[in-house]
Amino acid sequence: MESQRQIIERLRAAFQSGVTAPLQFRLTQLKSLLSLLEDNEPQILEALQKDLAKPKFEAVLSEIDMVVNDLCYTINSLPTWIQPSYVGKNLATKLDDCFVRREPLGVVLIIGAWNYPLQLILAPLIGAIAAGNCAILKPSEISRATERLLAQLIPKYLSQECFAVICGGAEETKSLLENRFDHIFYTGSQAVARSILQAAAVHLTPVTLELGGKCPCLIYGRLDMLAAAKRLVWSKFFNAGQSCVAPDYVLCTPEMREELLPAIAKALSIFYGSQPKQSEDFSRIVTDRHWDRLMALLGKTQGRVVMGGEGSKEDKYFAPTVVVDLDGSDALMQEEIFGPIMPILTIESLEQGITFINQREKPLALYVFSDESQVVNMVLERTSSGGFCSNDGIVHMTLPGLPFGGVGASGMGSYHGRWTFETFSHRRGCMLRGWGLERISMLRYPPYTESNLSWLRWATSAKKKSWGVCSVM
Amino acid sequence: MSQEQRAVERARKAFCTGRTKPLQYRIDQLKNLQRFIVERQKEIADALKKDLNKSEFGTPLYETMGLEGEISLAVSKLAEWAAPRPATKNLLTVSDEVYIQPEPLGVVLIIGAWNYPWAVTLQPLIGAIAAGNAAVIKPSEVCVHTSKVMGALLPLYIDKEVYPVVTGGVQETQELLQHRFDYIFYTGNCTVGKVIMEAAAKHLTPVTLELGGKSPCYIDKNCDITIACRRIAWGKYTNCGQTCIAPDYILCDPSIQDRIIEEIKKSVKEFYTEDPKTCSDYGRIINKRHFKRVMTLLEDSTIAMGGQNDESECYIAPTVLRDVKPGAKVMQEEIFGPVLPILCIGNVDEAIDFINQREKPLALYIFSSDNKLIKHMITETSSGGVLANDCLVHFSVSSLPFGGVGNSGMGSYHGKFSFDQLSHLRGCLIKQLKMEGMNKMRYPPHTAKKLSWARFFILNQVELSKLGRWALFALLAVVVAVILQRYFAD
Repeated sequence: MESQRQIIERLRAAFQSGVTAPLQFRLTQLKSLLSLLEDNEPQILEALQKDLAKPKFEAVLSEIDMVVNDLCYTINSLPTWIQPSYVGKNLATKLDDCFVRREPLGVVLIIGAWNYPLQLILAPLIGAIAAGNCAILKPSEISRATERLLAQLIPKYLSQECFAVICGGAEETKSLLENRFDHIFYTGSQAVARSILQAAAVHLTPVTLELGGKCPCLIYGRLDMLAAAKRLVWSKFFNAGQSCVAPDYVLCTPEMREELLPAIAKALSIFYGSQPKQSEDFSRIVTDRHWDRLMALLGKTQGRVVMGGEGSKEDKYFAPTVVVDLDGSDALMQEEIFGPIMPILTIESLEQGITFINQREKPLALYVFSDESQVVNMVLERTSSGGFCSNDGIVHMTLPGLPFGGVGASGMGSYHGRWTFETFSHRRGCMLRGWGLERISMLRYPPYTESNLSWLRWATSAKKKSWGVCSVM
Repeated sequence: MSQEQRAVERARKAFCTGRTKPLQYRIDQLKNLQRFIVERQKEIADALKKDLNKSEFGTPLYETMGLEGEISLAVSKLAEWAAPRPATKNLLTVSDEVYIQPEPLGVVLIIGAWNYPWAVTLQPLIGAIAAGNAAVIKPSEVCVHTSKVMGALLPLYIDKEVYPVVTGGVQETQELLQHRFDYIFYTGNCTVGKVIMEAAAKHLTPVTLELGGKSPCYIDKNCDITIACRRIAWGKYTNCGQTCIAPDYILCDPSIQDRIIEEIKKSVKEFYTEDPKTCSDYGRIINKRHFKRVMTLLEDSTIAMGGQNDESECYIAPTVLRDVKPGAKVMQEEIFGPVLPILCIGNVDEAIDFINQREKPLALYIFSSDNKLIKHMITETSSGGVLANDCLVHFSVSSLPFGGVGNSGMGSYHGKFSFDQLSHLRGCLIKQLKMEGMNKMRYPPHTAKKLSWARFFILNQVELSKLGRWALFALLAVVVAVILQRYFAD
C-alpha cells in the first residue's frame, strides 16, 4: 500500500505532466463526478443514514443535489471561466496586451467535515478539478460510512493519477500536513484550524478555512410570526442542528418571545409530530461523544427548558429543545452549540441586540426576521458576518452566485460556484509589450531630467481622468 | 502600555466608532494622503537620498507617481467598488434580493519593505483606507530616515488615531504581531513571511504576503536585442537591483551571450556614464550587511562587466556575470543587487524546464518577437505575473493583479484588487416573509412528491439577469400558478 508521501509525489508528477490542464480533461472528470452521484444515490443515502440517521429528504437536498447543482453550474460555465480576461487598456497601453489568466495551483488538499460529509468534501473538489489541479481528499473519520464510500467510489470514477482519497484520524492528518501542498481547504473547528494554518506557514501554503461560530438570529419588529417560526425551526433543527450555518441562538424582546414560543411549538408539531423520536424526518447526533457534550451543556445551563430536553443515548436521539431565561454568560452561550438546542435570549431594544452580537466573534451567518426593512438594513449595516440572510435560514448558502465563507473567527476565503474555481486558481497578471514606441520608453531611462519627468507626469495625469491607470513607461 | 499596544487599541477603538464607514471619510483621507505626497515631496526625496541614494527624479518616478495614480483611481471608483454587487439567483429566489456587499475588515497591519519604502508601504494603505479599515503602519526600520519622516509627517495629514505609524525594529514588529489584527499585509522576504503567517495563525488572521524570489529573464535569439538589453538594464540596475521584480538572471542561447553583454554595457554607459559611482542617477546598496552579501555572490563566477565596488559607500558597479553555472553562489538566492548572471541554455524548452525546477518566481520576463513562443512559455510555467519584452512596468498597470504564487507570495493587490483584498465580501440574501406557500415543499413531514418539486426548483439554475423583465414575470407567473395548484391539490 502506498504511503502518504508516495501518493502526493505521484499526484505531483501527474500535475507536472500537464494532464489536468486541458479543458476537456477537467470537463470529463467533472462529468464523471456527476455520474458518481447519479449512479450511487441509494448507497450514498444509506451511508448518510448510518452516519447521521439523515432523513432521505435532507440527504438528497443538502448533500446530493447541492453538489449536483454546483457541478452542472460549473460544467456549463467552465469554458467561460477558463478564458483569460482582458483588462482595461488606455492610450498608453493600446499597443500592449494586458490580461489575467486563471492557472492551476498544483496539488491541493481538501479536508472534509462530518456534518455534511459528502457536500463539504465534494463541493470544494468541484472547483479544484475545474481549476486544473490534482487533489487529495481527506474525509472526516467521524462519518465513517461516508468516508468508506468515498474511498471506494472516487478511484472508480476519477483519474487515479490525479485524485486520491486518504483516510485516517488526527495522527494521519497531522502527518499529511507535514507535506507541501499548493492550497489547503479545511472545513471544521477553530482549534484545528489554527494548527492547520501553522502547518501551512512552514511551506507558505495559502489556505481556505470554513469554520463556524454562533450564528445569531434576531427577531424584531412587525412580522408574520408563524412564517418566521417555521423557517427558524426548519433551519435550526435541519440535520438536528448540526449545521455550521444553523441559527445558534435567538434574540428577541420579552413580548415577542410570548408569541414566538407557541409558534415554535406549532411548527415543531407540524414538522415532526408530537413524538419527534418517531419521526423519520428528524436526524440523530453523530456520535456518543457529541451527544454527551450536548447533554452536559443542558445540564450546566442556568436557563429553563420549555420544550424538549430529553434524549436517548442508544440511538443518539436528542429532542428539539428550547431554553429560555438565560443570559450571555450561560454555558449554552460559550461555544457553538451544533445541536438541537435553541436558546432564546431577551433584549430590550434592537440597539441592545446589535451590541450583543458585536461584542462576540464574527459569525459565519447572521439572521434577522422582520417585515420592517429598516430593521433588516440596520442590522446589516451595523454588524459583520460571513453571510447574511433575512427572513430565512441556511438557504443563502445554496446560491452559487454568493461567496460562501467566514470572516474573522468564522474563517477566511470563500467558495461555491465560480468562487471555488477562483479559490483554487492563481490569477496571473500578464502584459505583452511590443518593440515600438521606444521613443516614449526613453522618457523613463537615466540620465533623468526635469523635462522627461514632466512629460511622464503629464502622460500619467492625463490618465487620471480615464478609467484605469497605467504609467506610460 | 507599549506604543504598539496603544496604537492598536486606539485604532480599534476608532474603527468601532464607525467613522471609517462613510465613503466621504475615506475619500477625504485619500485626498489628504495625496496632499501629503505632493506637499512633502522634498522631505520624502531627501529621506530616500539618505537611505538609498535615490536620485531627485527617482523619487517621483518610482515611488510617488504610482501612488498618486492609485489614489486618484480609488477616489474616482470608490462608490462603484463599495456598492452592493448583484449575484445570480435561482428559481426559488426570483423575488428576493441577492447581492454581495463589500465591508471593511477592521484593523489592518501593514508591514512595509525598505526597497521602495513609500510605494510598498503606502500602496496597501490606499486599499485599506478605500475599503474602510483602520490601519497600523509599520515601515521598515532598515530605511532609517524614511521611517522617521513617515512617523513624523503622515499623522499630520491622515487621521492619526485610525492610521497610526509605529516605527521600530524586529522587536517592535514582534510586539505588534502579538496583537490581533483583522488582516496582515506584509511585503518582504520568504523567511520573515513564514514567521508572519505563523504569528497570524494564532489569531486566525488572513494575510497577504508579497515576497520575492529569482525572477527569470529569457532572451530569445529572435528579438530586438538592442531594445531588449536596454530595457533589461533599466529593470535590473534601477534602485541598484533592489527591486522584488528585478530581472534576477538571464537565460539565453550561447550564441547571443556576447552580444547581450555588449548591449548591456552600452545601455549602462548611456544611463550612468562611464563611471556610475559619480552619477547621481545610480543608487547604493542599502547597508553594509547587504553589500557584503551581494559581493559574496560574485565569488565563483566570471565577471564580464563591472565588479568595481567600495564598501565605505556601499557602492557596487552595474555588473554582469557570464557563463554562470546553475550551482554557482549567485544562483542560490534572490540577488537583490546590481549583479546580472547570464546562464546559457539550449532552447526555450530547456529554459522552461530550468524555470520549473525552481520555486515559482514573482515575475517572469520573456524577450521574443515570436508571439507563439511567448504564449508557449506562459502556458508551460507559473509565476506571480508575466511581462513580455520589457521589465517592471506591469507593476504600474492597476487593472492587473500584482502578487506572487507559491514561494513568491499569496494574495494580490493594486487598483480594485487592493480594495477587494482588504474587504470582506459578504453574501446577502434578503427575503420576505410572504410567499410562505412556496416553502411548504421543503418542510417536514417529507413526501416523495414534495421532494421531487424541491429538486426541480433547486436544480434549475437560471441566469435571471440575462432574461428580460417580461420573461421574468411570465416565468414567475407560471411558477406561482403551478405551486398554488400543487398546494391546493395536496
